[in-house]
Amino acid sequence: MIDVMYFAWVRERIGEPRERVETDAATVADLVEELKAREPRYEAAFADLSALRVALDQELSDFDAPLAGVREVAFFPPMTGG
Amino acid sequence: MPTIRVQSAPFSLGEESEGFAAGRTETGAVVTFTGLVRDTGGISRMEIEHYPGMTEKAIGDIVDEAMGRWTLDDALVIHRHGTLVPGDRIMMVATAARHRAAAFEAAEYLMDYLKSRAPFWKKEYGPDGAEWVAAKDEDEDALSRW
Repeated sequence: MIDVMYFAWVRERIGEPRERVETDAATVADLVEELKAREPRYEAAFADLSALRVALDQELSDFDAPLAGVREVAFFPPMTGG
Repeated sequence: MPTIRVQSAPFSLGEESEGFAAGRTETGAVVTFTGLVRDTGGISRMEIEHYPGMTEKAIGDIVDEAMGRWTLDDALVIHRHGTLVPGDRIMMVATAARHRAAAFEAAEYLMDYLKSRAPFWKKEYGPDGAEWVAAKDEDEDALSRW
């Protein structure tokens, strides 16, 4: 089981801020494909991966990264702090 | 020890600046920067969302890097989240160093990295509805100078 979190418009498109996901996905990209296959709202959120960023256990990462040992995955648009 | 605060409450620029500069005898320069909510096209308010946990960690990493690169005496970052209106102070950074060049540069470095590496997202509410603020290419490009 893995905690998956969504922020900003990704959260709005998916309709919830976080969920627990049962997955054997090897990489972030595999997890995204699994989610997209579930329901159209995931398809809508993950339509353009170049518009998204991913963090693994609260560190910025990328879509090719392995998920082994990861407890928390977060998807969000590019950050706009400051 | 640098100070990092992520909060919804307003802060006093005067008190923070005063407190940061107080009691220093080896520091020659304190630089402060404050970011305000700007009314672009009649926005009535802004909602700032963040990623609790990662936010503090990401800012901590950025501050640690700045402390080492410019041998700062100290640094302060305050960043707000929640509902803000035009004129409100969103955030401030302060840096303390022996000389001003290091204090100015480190403050700019902190600002550049906070803009695109700290997990905050802004949504603006205006006359035409609500819109997420898009990240700017120039903000990402700004990191390359460091």
